[in-house]
Amino acid sequence: MELFFVNILDGLVTGLLLFMLCSGLTLIFSMMGVLNFAHASFYMLGAYFAYKISTYTGFWPGLVIAPVLVGIAGALVERYGLRRVHQYGHVPELIFTFGLALLIEEVVQFFFGKNQMAYDEPHILDFTAFTIAGNAFPAYKVFMIFMAMAVFLVLLYILTRTRVGMIIQAALSYPNTVQNLGHNVPLVFMGVFGVGTALAGLAGVIAGPVLGTFPGMAAVLGSIVFVTIVIGGLGSLWGALVASLLIGWLQTFAASYNIVIGDVLMSIGFSKPVNIDDGAFRDLWTLTVSQIGPILPFLLMVLVLAIRPQGLFGKRET
Amino acid sequence: MSVVKKVSAESNTTAPWISASQITPWILAIVFLLILPLIFTSGSALTIMNQMAITIIFALAYNMLLGQGGMLSFGHAVYMGIGGFFCVHLMNMIEYDNLWLPLPFLPLFGGLFGLISAMFIGSFSTSRAGTVFAMISLGVGELIAASSIIVVAFFGGEEGIGGDRTMGPSTFGLDFASQIEVYYLTATWLVISALAMFLFSRTPIGRIANAVRDNEERAEFLGYSQRNVRFISFCASGFFAGIAGGLFAINYEILTEENLNLATSGSILLITFLGGVGFFVGPIIGAIVFTLLQTVLSLYTEIWQLYLGTLFVLTVMFFPFGLTGLIAIHLQPYKLGKISILFRPYLHMVVPAVVCVLSLSSLLEIAFHAKHAAIGEEQMSLFGIGFNSHSFLPWMIVIVLSIGSGWMIRRIAPGLNESWDEANYVEPRV
Repeated sequence: MELFFVNILDGLVTGLLLFMLCSGLTLIFSMMGVLNFAHASFYMLGAYFAYKISTYTGFWPGLVIAPVLVGIAGALVERYGLRRVHQYGHVPELIFTFGLALLIEEVVQFFFGKNQMAYDEPHILDFTAFTIAGNAFPAYKVFMIFMAMAVFLVLLYILTRTRVGMIIQAALSYPNTVQNLGHNVPLVFMGVFGVGTALAGLAGVIAGPVLGTFPGMAAVLGSIVFVTIVIGGLGSLWGALVASLLIGWLQTFAASYNIVIGDVLMSIGFSKPVNIDDGAFRDLWTLTVSQIGPILPFLLMVLVLAIRPQGLFGKRET
Repeated sequence: MSVVKKVSAESNTTAPWISASQITPWILAIVFLLILPLIFTSGSALTIMNQMAITIIFALAYNMLLGQGGMLSFGHAVYMGIGGFFCVHLMNMIEYDNLWLPLPFLPLFGGLFGLISAMFIGSFSTSRAGTVFAMISLGVGELIAASSIIVVAFFGGEEGIGGDRTMGPSTFGLDFASQIEVYYLTATWLVISALAMFLFSRTPIGRIANAVRDNEERAEFLGYSQRNVRFISFCASGFFAGIAGGLFAINYEILTEENLNLATSGSILLITFLGGVGFFVGPIIGAIVFTLLQTVLSLYTEIWQLYLGTLFVLTVMFFPFGLTGLIAIHLQPYKLGKISILFRPYLHMVVPAVVCVLSLSSLLEIAFHAKHAAIGEEQMSLFGIGFNSHSFLPWMIVIVLSIGSGWMIRRIAPGLNESWDEANYVEPRV
């Protein structure tokens, strides 16, 4: 039972972190209709910028400056890259962001090399917040939970309660009408792209010390982020939240329970073959749940798409 | 009115079944493939040519989706990989279980397994085009790549599955132990599959695939199920990708997780797009150029992937029709007989452009060396010139050169634009 609570909290951390990436991605998608393949690369940029800043000034200034820098980089990419490619259609846009993801990884390697950076959590948060049955829960993870919650609430407030949010929501559905009403829609697009990438950057800043700051960090999270927003329903903020938490818990629970699939199969009535070493299905009997943990999100996605193609909370099949 | 008349007139006249202008490129290509190993005889050249041929088949198969069907796949390596894995297993069955199967026919079975897996996955992934298809292909690709590590029985885990191609019954007295025999086998399959893919694109279903790509709603209104059309293109593409996988298995005798993962799927997208998705020859040119670039660049520099990435992003931004598109836009001035107008401005452009590219890459090389070389090692050489990467002079030279050549390009560009417009200007009919 104690392990259950620890996993709930750990999964919450992973899920909320995932949500910080997915929220920006899903906003960008519902606005421009293009999935930003390079979104996880901006997350990586956030971690690297914050690391570089932290070597001069410590952790806290990086928490503010790095996301701003990433946001500016994102806005520039939208203004000078994506807007140019937009005229060719959606598929070249997707290919452009894919190329950008490759390029950002190479650029990061160019400047920082292939090794993991010594980017650590701030000293002030380096203590145990509380323990559950002997399992220490670090204060930094509590900080991560609160950060992600705060981001979600601020985002929700801006989108639903402020004038800017109204214009953004209107521009999502009827860009031409909003343009005719005298609003600068391209600027709104650029702003949302910038804010979305800045959110990804922020996720990178706070995840870098925990998950490691290395050139492969974008690829590790990249496809999971896409899977998440497809499961949640493309363009749905609530869907992104639910799917992020779902995947966070799925992965955490799968990783911590060492159940052998063979035992499960036997308990539901299958009998174990005698010569297990050369059967075609020998892997099925020896695998553990923690081993198949990494493929569970993808399985879930295929399942969701087969049953409900628009995703859990999606309104439309795009 | 006149257009309608012209079309009906064309369809009425009994056009010859095949014309000389259609068949010449194929014959030239076959002759070229036959004499290529006589020109480049070294073992490494053969290896590169084999790799190129396999990449060409795979890229052509990929272009059946992207270029002809309008489906962007981020997981197409799966079909090549699955075809390849099955072929390695077949090779092992030939060796140990006395399965009678001559090696030259092995790629056909790779294609069949690619086809079966494409039918299975395509049954749900092709219901939508565009972003949803791209996402499903990514998810399925990652799913299979990730499972390949844990399903040891079939995929061999992290070390992959190996085989031996020479154990089969001898065919025409060949046992395929030498590279050159494998080259001719690969080249034969290259010609067969390229021809088949070309003919497929000329069948009604190939044409309807283009229609669905351009306007799926309209194709639907004409009575064609867009889903079925996409499904058929997808299966055909999976088949040819499987053939490429079978050839890969014969060539390298080993398949690993690397043949299935996102990096391989991504690089085939890169190759096809660099070559040009709108043309049948695009992927061929892309595969040749990419393989050469990769081989040559990786010999000389550590940061070749940075160059390729930059080239790719620039291509998407400025030449979305790829290298072949770049050649194709010169057809118009050529037909107008005005291509000679372009010679002079191109000649003016070539020196600053080359200097600009070389000096920018030198800047990157020097910066990379200064940052990442072992401590104390400050000497480096570029283009045969040795110097100290930490000293001021080389930095200044390349910076001045890049700014200077960039300024030159900016100055020449308007003139080039003007000549370009002039060369493409069609005289109004009086």
